[in-house]
Amino acid sequence: MSFSIIARRVLFLVMVVWAASTITFFIPRLSSRNPVRERFAELSRSGGFSPADLETIIASYNAKFGLDKPLLQQYADYMGSILRFDLGVSFNKFPRTVVQLIMDSLPWTITLLLVTTVLSFIIGNLLGAVAAWPRAPNWVRGLATPFILLTGVPPALLSVFLLFFVAFRFKWLPLGGAYAVGTIPDFESFSFWLELVRHQILPALALILGSMGFWVLSMRGMGVTIQGEDYVNFAEHKGLGPRRIFRDYYLRNALLPQVTGLALALGTVLSSAIIVESFFALPGIGRVLDQAIRSNDFTVIYGIVLFVTIAVATLMVILEFIYPLLDPRIRRS
Amino acid sequence: MASVTLTQPTIKRPGRLTLVFRYLRRNPSLAIGVLIFTLLIVFTIIGLLTLNLKHAYPLAVRPKQPPSWQFPFGTDFYGRNLLTAMVVGMWQTAIIGFVAGGVGTIIGIILGFTSAYFGGWIDRIITGLCQILTPIPVLLIQVVIASSLDKRDVTIFTMAFVVVLLAWMGPTLVIRSQVLSMKERQFVSVAKLSGMGPFGIIFQEIMPNLLPFIAAAFVGQVFAAVFASLNLAILGLGPQREPLLGNIIWAAQSQSAFFNGWWWWPLEPALALVLILGSLALINMGMDEIANPRVRRSE
Repeated sequence: MSFSIIARRVLFLVMVVWAASTITFFIPRLSSRNPVRERFAELSRSGGFSPADLETIIASYNAKFGLDKPLLQQYADYMGSILRFDLGVSFNKFPRTVVQLIMDSLPWTITLLLVTTVLSFIIGNLLGAVAAWPRAPNWVRGLATPFILLTGVPPALLSVFLLFFVAFRFKWLPLGGAYAVGTIPDFESFSFWLELVRHQILPALALILGSMGFWVLSMRGMGVTIQGEDYVNFAEHKGLGPRRIFRDYYLRNALLPQVTGLALALGTVLSSAIIVESFFALPGIGRVLDQAIRSNDFTVIYGIVLFVTIAVATLMVILEFIYPLLDPRIRRS
Repeated sequence: MASVTLTQPTIKRPGRLTLVFRYLRRNPSLAIGVLIFTLLIVFTIIGLLTLNLKHAYPLAVRPKQPPSWQFPFGTDFYGRNLLTAMVVGMWQTAIIGFVAGGVGTIIGIILGFTSAYFGGWIDRIITGLCQILTPIPVLLIQVVIASSLDKRDVTIFTMAFVVVLLAWMGPTLVIRSQVLSMKERQFVSVAKLSGMGPFGIIFQEIMPNLLPFIAAAFVGQVFAAVFASLNLAILGLGPQREPLLGNIIWAAQSQSAFFNGWWWWPLEPALALVLILGSLALINMGMDEIANPRVRRSE
């Protein structure tokens, strides 16, 4: 890969981060809402200090966070703090910073995302490849259709149905949360891990079912194209067995472009993970966001949005760099 | 010479309605989609006309009643009659979908045409903007906008506004690419040579040919708008007082409806949303077939 391509991709990444941070900076300031005032007005309603003190407190807070400076100065400070990876302090859980809150919840989200994405990528692509393979038995090819239909259903709705059937009607799995109420987290014991897994099955299932159809559909389209290629014909005429052709000639070549799809799907997958986490009350970024929205913790809301956007854009660029390593045809051209 | 009189065979051209029905038979996804969609519209309109709409708001009826003859869909924790709430919620979902979908499509048409027809630096700015905004997860920016709004200000229309702000990139790029290919066709060159101005060419020559694409893009936008507003509502960013379908699910989940055994409360709006989104997806698939005659099936 040439230097200019790398430079262009990195520049693109910088542009995306800049756009996202500009949006998260200006939109809240355009609105009539004043997070500091709202927070302290709430506190003063529950008693503690007089309304006259309220103004003093707000003024001192504005000075502390630099909210009394001119807008452009604030913008420059904000951009500087993003470069230092400082997303501010939570209003609600005060001494804790937004980055701390994100880091605490990140392992949960990453585990859930990794497991669901890998599973849905593998199963979806295999189903899609088989659906386009003319020699596969009909019932196997038919398996693809229900998953394609499920692509239109948002993960939140899938969660409602899964909760109703699996957890409510048949009581096979718990209704939500990371572990049963009253359990003391003990990461040493096997039964606690089992408990954790049991609580993650439904959210993971909602995410897998919701995203699998995308892979099935694009892989099926890809598979049809690959079958017409000369090298597949050649392999057939060489007398290679169907298993060998399927695995080495057909699947391998069809799978490559799907990695690009992985980069495209990333934003959607992450958004659905956040929604499912908040829906099932799982610890994770979605839960932190949900609590921040419920308690008007603005710095946390904006911090999470910015963090996730930067993560998605970075991962997209990284995947683009990995792609030529997987596909020698691109590397050479 | 003996003259031979040929009897003119009379060709009976089937009526318009028959043709429509024949087409629907060839395009089952469009037919099923339209059927479900029509049933939903009929349900909503009959409901809006016959029910007391005040029952869609809290403290109207006895709370927590399971489905019965008196309350066919049951009532929720806040004392809303869920049948009425569904009717009103369906109507509000339709408003958000059509307003956000319509505005998004119109912005897409304007930007797409400008970008493709005039080219040059305008084109570069518009496509560049679309490319930079595309990797940013739309939901998250919508979360920023929606949470910046005062909770009392959040109405169905601000919701539609929030959704549409970042929903025009898709149609812009689709319409741009269509116009680009259309621009090179011969009938456009003929129009240009005969002295037609750019707006005449856009509106009289290119636009009519793009109508199927625009219609398909519109249905896609309505789908995306309903999807996006549902996601926002599930996160608790919807208009709090309104019985928007996503809001009902959010309220049910906040009150642990399944845990308390009120299964009908979240299940009904979820079913309604699946029907709405499913019918839109089916219609969109059917429209694709109209827009791309290459995949159109013959009779």
